[in-house]
Amino acid sequence: MGGRKGRHQVVGTPRRKVDAVSKVTGRTLFADDIALPRMLYGRLLRSTTPHARILRVDTSKARALDGVHAVLTGADFPVPFGILPVSQDEHALCPDRVRFIGDPVAAVAAVSEDVATTALDLIEVTYEPLEPIGTPEQALDTEEPRIHEYGPSGNIHKLIDLEFGDVEDALATADHVREDLFFYGGNTHLAMEQHAAVADWSADGKLTLWSSTQTPHYVHRALARVLELAPSRIRVIATPNGGGFGGKSDPFSHEIVAAKLAMLTGRPVKITLTREEVFYCHRGRHPTLMWVKSGVDRTGRIKGMHFRTLLDGGAYGSYGVASAYYTGALQTVTYQVERYRFQGARVFTNKPPCGPKRGHGTPQPRFALEVHLDKIAEDLDLDPAELRLAHLQPPESLTANYLRIGSMGLGACIRKVVDGAGWKERFRKLPYGRGIGIACSSYLSGAGLPIYWNHMPHSGVQLKLDRGGGITVFCGSTDIGQGSDSILAYIVAEVLGVAVADIAVVTADTALTPVDLGSYSSRVTLMSGNAALQAAERAREILVRHAAAKLDVPAERVGLADGQVFDVENPDVGMTFAEAVQAAEAAEGTIGTVGSYTPPRSPGRYRGAGVGPSPAYSYSAAIAEVEVDPTSGIVVVPRIWIAHDVGTSINPVNVLGQVEGSVYMGLGEALMEEMVYRENRNLVHKIPSMLDYKSPTTLDMCDVVTYLIEDPDPEGPFGAKEVGQGPLLPVPPAIANAVYDAVGVRIDEVPITPEKVLKAIKDCDKGRDGRFGPMRFPDVPWPEPTRVPPPWEGGDGRAAESGAVGAGGVRSSSVSAPPVPAPEERQH
Amino acid sequence: MLRLPPFTYLQPKSLRQALRMKADAGPDGAYIAGGTDLLPNMKRRHQEPKVLVSLSGIRALGRITGGTGGSALSVGAGVTLTALHTHRRTRKRYGALARAAELVSSPLLRNMGTFGGNLCLDTRCNYYNQTYEWRKAIDFCMKKDGVICWVAPSSPRCWAVSSSDTAPVAVALGAEFVLVGPETERVLPAAEFFNDDGIRYLTKHPDEILTEVRLPPANGWDATYWKLRRRGTIDFPVLGVAVWVRWDNGLVADARIALGGVASYPKLVPEAAAVVVGTELEDDAIREAAAAAYRPAKPMDNTDFGLAWRKEMVRNYVTGALEELKARRGSGTTKRDV
Repeated sequence: MGGRKGRHQVVGTPRRKVDAVSKVTGRTLFADDIALPRMLYGRLLRSTTPHARILRVDTSKARALDGVHAVLTGADFPVPFGILPVSQDEHALCPDRVRFIGDPVAAVAAVSEDVATTALDLIEVTYEPLEPIGTPEQALDTEEPRIHEYGPSGNIHKLIDLEFGDVEDALATADHVREDLFFYGGNTHLAMEQHAAVADWSADGKLTLWSSTQTPHYVHRALARVLELAPSRIRVIATPNGGGFGGKSDPFSHEIVAAKLAMLTGRPVKITLTREEVFYCHRGRHPTLMWVKSGVDRTGRIKGMHFRTLLDGGAYGSYGVASAYYTGALQTVTYQVERYRFQGARVFTNKPPCGPKRGHGTPQPRFALEVHLDKIAEDLDLDPAELRLAHLQPPESLTANYLRIGSMGLGACIRKVVDGAGWKERFRKLPYGRGIGIACSSYLSGAGLPIYWNHMPHSGVQLKLDRGGGITVFCGSTDIGQGSDSILAYIVAEVLGVAVADIAVVTADTALTPVDLGSYSSRVTLMSGNAALQAAERAREILVRHAAAKLDVPAERVGLADGQVFDVENPDVGMTFAEAVQAAEAAEGTIGTVGSYTPPRSPGRYRGAGVGPSPAYSYSAAIAEVEVDPTSGIVVVPRIWIAHDVGTSINPVNVLGQVEGSVYMGLGEALMEEMVYRENRNLVHKIPSMLDYKSPTTLDMCDVVTYLIEDPDPEGPFGAKEVGQGPLLPVPPAIANAVYDAVGVRIDEVPITPEKVLKAIKDCDKGRDGRFGPMRFPDVPWPEPTRVPPPWEGGDGRAAESGAVGAGGVRSSSVSAPPVPAPEERQH
Repeated sequence: MLRLPPFTYLQPKSLRQALRMKADAGPDGAYIAGGTDLLPNMKRRHQEPKVLVSLSGIRALGRITGGTGGSALSVGAGVTLTALHTHRRTRKRYGALARAAELVSSPLLRNMGTFGGNLCLDTRCNYYNQTYEWRKAIDFCMKKDGVICWVAPSSPRCWAVSSSDTAPVAVALGAEFVLVGPETERVLPAAEFFNDDGIRYLTKHPDEILTEVRLPPANGWDATYWKLRRRGTIDFPVLGVAVWVRWDNGLVADARIALGGVASYPKLVPEAAAVVVGTELEDDAIREAAAAAYRPAKPMDNTDFGLAWRKEMVRNYVTGALEELKARRGSGTTKRDV
């Protein structure tokens, strides 16, 4: 889907987002800005205990309060929901059990927020406490009580064991083997806008929900399920999101409760969460413990890698099964890994549920892998940038776990930052206290598979051409600030040769727009962009046909540009775009087209192969410069150089913004952000506020030098790949590696706080190991691995049949050749 | 959003009127100046006054006078933190105070928040600065609605932390506070304004109004303030170090070192100050003073950062502050542009 060839008029030119002026002048209407006549205000009563049976909920006093119109409890929501079909474990209000402090128990609708707040205080809940489970280790050790009645055993939610080739054998024969433990702390999205939803139940029996959601389609499905209403009677409109970052990707209880309250009262109901409630909704980064053991040859080529992850999932499933798979999926796409084994476990604990945050499940293993490689480079006395360059996964290749790589610009990324940062002159040569470090990464341009199994397109677009020359783009995609509405307008404007201002964009409305799965997995530019491209090309074809007839020239000679439709060999002969639409409409009737996009099928055929495939992968390389005060351990990051392979920049200034925003978020995760719970006090969230949950301010932000690498990917619209998430990933490991370069200590844990750095420096000064990080990976009852021979060992993407292992050649030593073998291996 | 409890807002035009309104309201009344501390606290139900008596309409509280030549500087308690740190005379002659004021929170809050309000700042604790529902989950604490101090459960007292930036500077500078009550007016040394108790952290009677801060004439001494916090703005101090020294012929004739953020009050450490008296602030003297300040500092586990690290940083920050004063000694001036 390369789009049209040649010079572009819109694509590639920096321009303002279509909604920029509204945003900066405060005219954009966010969900909480909506006020409808007779509107009531809803609030949720949340659990004040981390794990308990609900014995009784007495709402009588609240119901009696003047101004209260409705009170709901768990009994009103018998049907569970959850974003993944395999984890339908949430209720809009807890019916019989609470699983973390902040779990919603009851709800009220009242004439004002004040009355609603007062009413909450009047609801009496009697709990029978259960043993709270605070840590993954405790979850693994606790058979009873179970937080959920599903999962392989006890409080284990999911276990994964995949093996691509005989890793033990590879480790046994490698020149060098290294083993490391890492921990990546949990953190949250901290979008500026708190979640809000307004529901209206019309007199005609139709429900409308406005919500700050990234996934209106999934909210639509959840509402239909829980409210037991036909989808045709529900309309979900995603309002412009004041930031999402993955935190608004699940259906949430307040959305369902607002809908139910509206249905009960016959009046519109708004629920706006407090900041503290947003911390309880969470769905952020899983705290992840990681163990990695790699065998490499003298050049650093990875002969075999064994990677284990343990994810602290919190109290519910959310996207957790996918998150767990993602902690093992993308290790193979940057540098060649000949054999690979991944074991992942997700456990339940009595804390707010974790889920997808920018990079979804991949920043944690990327941190581990990139620091691990830095240590391997040092073991082998190799420059870490050179080591990476020497073993890049080639373009147009398959990985050991059957991910299909298309364009691959990581080499160009590394060379850019190495030059820009003066790497060769500075690495290991700066004075004590100053250092630089490098790390790389890759991310999906959209998940290859939908959340629920189906064969339909992932994104759809309808175009309506108005006889006045205006074009309306209808698409289910949701602008969460990333600029997806703008991308639709740019692509359509490009193809039809009109000004961006002539495009109206209608998005994220389940009643008006064709389905788009949502703003997650960095899928929107590629998928809705391709759908828009197809619809626009179909419209172009119609216009060209009628214009050609009218101009009496062959269709191939008709061009569209600058709002004109004309003979390219004689540009004076032509008509306006509006006249072309009129000609087409006169001949054919109303002009509208559709486009849709379905990702290509992935070659992986084993169970678990659904997580990781993407139409295209973005690549990033970053070099961080740090200053470490050895007397305090305080780390300052003055500058980060980052190169990102985006395929094509549809709007370069927007791409730069995404890169810088990713660096900002990565910086916060690297240095300070962490969800902390008081294990000694009921697992209460220690710092659920904007003041106390520390996220960098403008004064803490580093300088960012950004390089965009543009090598169009054949799968992307005009060659575009993702940029919204990938550039976050290399930032934490680049900083960790730079800290080591500065003061010689390894902080194998994120966030890299002054306390940890100072402790490691003191240990180092005392002659001990200058390392701060986890010491042990607990025992996990891993299942039998699913064995899948890699492509170069005769595999076809399917799991070897159990029992046939060893006999079917899977364990045989007849290794043919990985995609691009190292020179010395090329002979055989 | 979090809702404020309902209250009546009164705006007197004079001190006398304010005192009367407060007296009429009794224990249900409270004074409010900038409101940047009180209103968020009210949203979390830390204080639940039914009547707020605003001090912002009393013009006398908003003046800065004196401070020229050899005279003392008088700063009205209602002067905003922005006005305090941008004022020519405070910047020029009371740089440590200007610096502390400038380091409070963010520009928007400094535009509202007042000097007096920062001095009267409620003590902070991350078991306390939470919503009512959150505090319910830990069964409350003795500072509000409960009986125990979760920071030190066997403690009979509250360990909430003095988190004002300007308070340790006022103490180190030897400022005097003017308190006006319904019947009396009294002048207190800054150090006596504060109490080592997280709940009764001020010696001020609730009906009294802090009207004015008197700073000693700016001659022959120098001072500085160092603030430790996670980020470059917004955050309260987890450690504040205010150091004041009087020079005499190149030697320290007198000194005061006050620590913020490590106790329920701005804590003078005379044992550390004593070490530097009679010295030129040689490296040894600074090292000893830093060690002497380190020992009595007793941060608890109720703010950002770990308490061991915060205690450790007392040494670094006292060292840094003294070194700064030493470096400036030769310049023969107490000017400090911040």
